[in-house]
Amino acid sequence: MTAPVTGPVTGPVIGVATPRSPTARRRRKSVTLTVIMLVMFGYAVLPLFWLLANASKSGADLFSTFGLWFGGDFHLFANIGDTLSYQNGIFLRWFGNTVLYAVVGAGGAALLATLGGYALAKYDFPGRKLLFAMVLGAISIPGTALAVPTYLLFSQAGIVDTPWAVLIPALCSPFGLYLMRVYAADAVPDSILESARIDGAGEFRIFRTIALRLLAPGFVTVLLFALVATWNNYFLPLIVLNTPDWFPLTVGLNQWNAQANSGTSGAGDASYQLILTGSLLSIVPLIVAFLVLQRYWQSGLATGSVKQ
Amino acid sequence: MTARAARPGLGRPLLRLRVAGYAFFLPFFVVFLVTVVAPLAYAIYLSFFQDRLIGGTVFSGLANYTRALGDALFGAGLLRVALFLVVQVPVMLLIALGCALAIDSGRLRWPSLFRITIFMPYAVPAVVAALLWGYMYGDQFGLVGQLGDALGVTAPDLLSRPWMLTSIGNMVTWEYVGYNMIILYAALRAIPEELYEAAEMDGAGAIRIAWSIKLPALRPALLVATIFSVIGSFQLFNEPNILQKLAPAVISTGYTPNMYAYNLAFNGQQINYSAAVAVVLGLVTVVVAYAVQLITARREQTL
Repeated sequence: MTAPVTGPVTGPVIGVATPRSPTARRRRKSVTLTVIMLVMFGYAVLPLFWLLANASKSGADLFSTFGLWFGGDFHLFANIGDTLSYQNGIFLRWFGNTVLYAVVGAGGAALLATLGGYALAKYDFPGRKLLFAMVLGAISIPGTALAVPTYLLFSQAGIVDTPWAVLIPALCSPFGLYLMRVYAADAVPDSILESARIDGAGEFRIFRTIALRLLAPGFVTVLLFALVATWNNYFLPLIVLNTPDWFPLTVGLNQWNAQANSGTSGAGDASYQLILTGSLLSIVPLIVAFLVLQRYWQSGLATGSVKQ
Repeated sequence: MTARAARPGLGRPLLRLRVAGYAFFLPFFVVFLVTVVAPLAYAIYLSFFQDRLIGGTVFSGLANYTRALGDALFGAGLLRVALFLVVQVPVMLLIALGCALAIDSGRLRWPSLFRITIFMPYAVPAVVAALLWGYMYGDQFGLVGQLGDALGVTAPDLLSRPWMLTSIGNMVTWEYVGYNMIILYAALRAIPEELYEAAEMDGAGAIRIAWSIKLPALRPALLVATIFSVIGSFQLFNEPNILQKLAPAVISTGYTPNMYAYNLAFNGQQINYSAAVAVVLGLVTVVVAYAVQLITARREQTL
């Protein structure tokens, strides 16, 4: 890959989003291929459509009408209202917690991975190979295998059942560091760094004003993957949190599921409508984030993740 | 410091660069130590002790490990995820590969629509995915049952024992097919255009180009995707743990090794043994992931 920058550095550079070649555009479209992919499209979308259809049904319709179409009355907004007000609005609290964990955790993880990846790619310091090997090794350690000892350590540190117990592990993304190291090696030319040094700029200033802009697509890529990881995180919060007020959406929704399936129709029972509507509300933000930022993360991936 | 001796003028800048390198790496490293190295070390430490009724916690050497190796429940869980891995990972990666090649081929209508929609399930939390599919599988207001009624046949109970692993495999495939497709597609986009032009000039067709240019270029990305999928299979927890609420009789506490470690620690109060199980699981994962890498590397050398 050639260095993507030749002119003056003004804004974020989009990696290798090359336009389709003329030869590709001229090719005839294949009906067979399109039909096969329509089946895949159906497979991917079907559960989401099912969710949308059933989150818009009344409780009676849910059990009496066909799953892949809407019920008699359109109940979506009533269901949303019920979901948001159930148990004094705990769902909104969970939503806020999830946003907090995702924004602080993923933002921090992307920043630390960017700094670290840039250091590994552009600075020659003793021990750098060993450190990189350690981090690579850590990628293959199952994160969930670390969860139990993490819980024990955190409980000795007294931070179990606080947001810190979710936030601190979220800050570490070995895969993000790997991605940023590969990305930085290509995206930040040494010659620019050298000329900035000759001009007398300090290392941090060089990073802040030059490197960070060149690294932007890689940063967005790492940010989005870290965002998914924290937004969807279930195992660790399940272990380290007991107070429902600190739950993220995933743990909260599963608690409602457990109530709905417990069979005893006591006062604290959640209904399937709440779970379905809550599920729908919980997936919308991430899908929007992916759609809005897709140009950036896809170009970041193209240079980042695949070159060895 | 040999560089300084050889080129006296470079001494101070070189030192400055080293300090800057460490300074940039330090924040990540601190978090890495706290969240990966320390728990790992603590788990290993804990695994060498046992909680006895008399005498409290005592050093027991490798006793937890010998117990884990002879533990039928743990072994069954490992075997279950190994079976899952051998079937689910190739199916998922082949579908992902086919989708990536199709989208990249230029012969597909609406390629960007397919790219985005097939990727979308990745943004759905595993918990929500498991709830969705679990309800769709189920008999209360499940889609499978309704389809069976509509067609006049008895649909299989996908939450029953013989179907459970397949049902989980379908969920995991649904969640990650698009993610792997995007990784592979990104690798395809990085292939220089000139290679295709040269091949076309030599008279190569679409299939020949896919076989001789695209697949070899995809090898590193496929390796990364395979290793992540292998790790994911051994880590399997979220989906079976959610489904346990819907099918408590089918999914035991040791259904996957991770669930076993979790239940030992939090429902059985066997922290030390749970740590040993987690360490063994981690070792098995690392060994299998490393073996995948070695096999691929060797094959590349012989080609």
